[in-house]
Amino acid sequence: MTIDKQTVNRVAFLSRLKIDPDKITAAEDEFNKILNWVEQLNEVDTENVEPLAAVNETALVCRDDTVTEGNQADKILANAPIAEYGYFVVPKVVE
Amino acid sequence: MLIEGKENKWEIVCGLEIHCQIISKSKIFSGASTEFGADANQNVSLVDAGMPGMLPVLNRYCVRQAVKTGLGLRAQINKYSEFSRKNYFYADMPTGYQITQFEYPIVGEGVVTIDLEDGSTKDIRIERMHIEQDAGKSIHDIDPHKTFIDLNRAGVGLMEIVTKPDFGSPEEAGAFLKKLRSILRYLGTCDGNMDEGSMRCDVNVSVRPAGSGELRTRCEMKNVNSVKFVMQAIENEARRHVEVYENGGTVDQETRRFDPVTGLTQSMRKKEFAHDYRYFPEPDLPPLVLTDDYVRQVADELPELPDAKKARFAAELGLTKYDATVICENKEVADFFEKAATGHDAKKVANWLMGDFFAMLKRKNLTIEQSPVSAENLGRLVELIETNVISGKIAKDVFEIMSESGEAPEKIVEEKGLKQVTDTGAIEAIVDQVIAGNPDKVNAYKGGKTGLMGWFVGQVIKESRGKANPQVVNQLLAAKLA
Repeated sequence: MTIDKQTVNRVAFLSRLKIDPDKITAAEDEFNKILNWVEQLNEVDTENVEPLAAVNETALVCRDDTVTEGNQADKILANAPIAEYGYFVVPKVVE
Repeated sequence: MLIEGKENKWEIVCGLEIHCQIISKSKIFSGASTEFGADANQNVSLVDAGMPGMLPVLNRYCVRQAVKTGLGLRAQINKYSEFSRKNYFYADMPTGYQITQFEYPIVGEGVVTIDLEDGSTKDIRIERMHIEQDAGKSIHDIDPHKTFIDLNRAGVGLMEIVTKPDFGSPEEAGAFLKKLRSILRYLGTCDGNMDEGSMRCDVNVSVRPAGSGELRTRCEMKNVNSVKFVMQAIENEARRHVEVYENGGTVDQETRRFDPVTGLTQSMRKKEFAHDYRYFPEPDLPPLVLTDDYVRQVADELPELPDAKKARFAAELGLTKYDATVICENKEVADFFEKAATGHDAKKVANWLMGDFFAMLKRKNLTIEQSPVSAENLGRLVELIETNVISGKIAKDVFEIMSESGEAPEKIVEEKGLKQVTDTGAIEAIVDQVIAGNPDKVNAYKGGKTGLMGWFVGQVIKESRGKANPQVVNQLLAAKLA
């Protein structure tokens, strides 16, 4: 699998990352290096091996249905670039 | 339902996706409260806010609620399920991904039986149901240039129920939503309020020439928020497809916006990269594994569901299918009815419940839990009529007093002296008096105007101030006028 410039731009868009035009070739190159490295896994014979959903084999730990957190709007909003009336404020996103 | 086109008859093919908020105290992956109506961003944990390094921990009660719902949909419970990340950017989802289930949902195929207007039923197949987290709320109408974000809803547990494309008419889809809501409320897993957004519906519609069996391009309307609007959206979107096809056009697969004001759908601006969610297994949560024992335990806790209750009310209490359907749609109504009907004539109790009682609640704008007339008192009122203590007519007056004071019917009857007169002697005196006072009517009756019998009965009952037993009055009059 190889990545072209178009795919780099598409992934950048989906991730809302801005990549300078002069860095696209470098990004494409890095992408391909990573993918080629991971692709080595294809050499492993997985015939008769159960699919692995998670490398962490521990069982799922659950919590009880109790309220343990809240009433901390000030903390939640502390890093917001803009907050008004207790809300996060962003540029209009409706179509 | 068939749509008559210019040349063809067309069938509607429709499927629904319904998001149902899980009833739980805290969110599905955090300890923040799910309470509706709190001040903005007060019910938010650092997990919900997408703070770096925060880890989701699954709420086991939400899992139980989902399994319960799956069983209520007569669906397969998958003992192995996985969480996935669905990646997309939107301001009300701070993590940039939604934790959901993709390839391995917790609930598989099931079936919901719907009740149609003509008394028939139809089975709607459920494709799957998975659990996921809700997004926050965007408020667009405070400022013309800004959107305000409240994350109180972010992370509330959702069940997404996906049906097969089994709806052939708007009516079937409407009946399904009502039945689903009824099941969820019986189960106590979702409150089913579409106007408050705790149940939200996406509608998929396509059409095909009648009998062709083909599947054509479908369009999706998201977040249609009432049963009525869902039905309108299906009907109008299907008609639009027919028009496009009959004019030689093709339907584009797209998401369309339903406008509740016009009832029509309109194309939304096409996104540059539509739907590229790049799902992958959620690395922060190992797979969810349930045991047979656990599923059995949940199954044992299931309440009697509307269809079973309906069948029982029809078989054991002699209700008509229609009455049983109406009474069982709402669990509170069914419980109230059962309490009222115990030991009394169930069919008559049903008539009172669906007639005067519902009318009274509606007039006073009350829910059944707020009713001034208790179930026991309604049952006793019916009993008083059945045992000829009061007439049906007097019962209406007694009911009026009960709905004001909440008093027991016997007490009202006693205090106001409303007991029906069944004593033949007393009634006979009134009958004689009425006959003596109206010789012209008596002659007319004897001359063949037998329709006057009703008038005579009315006069006697009026003279007795409503207390004369109509049956006795009828018998006596018939004998004396013969």
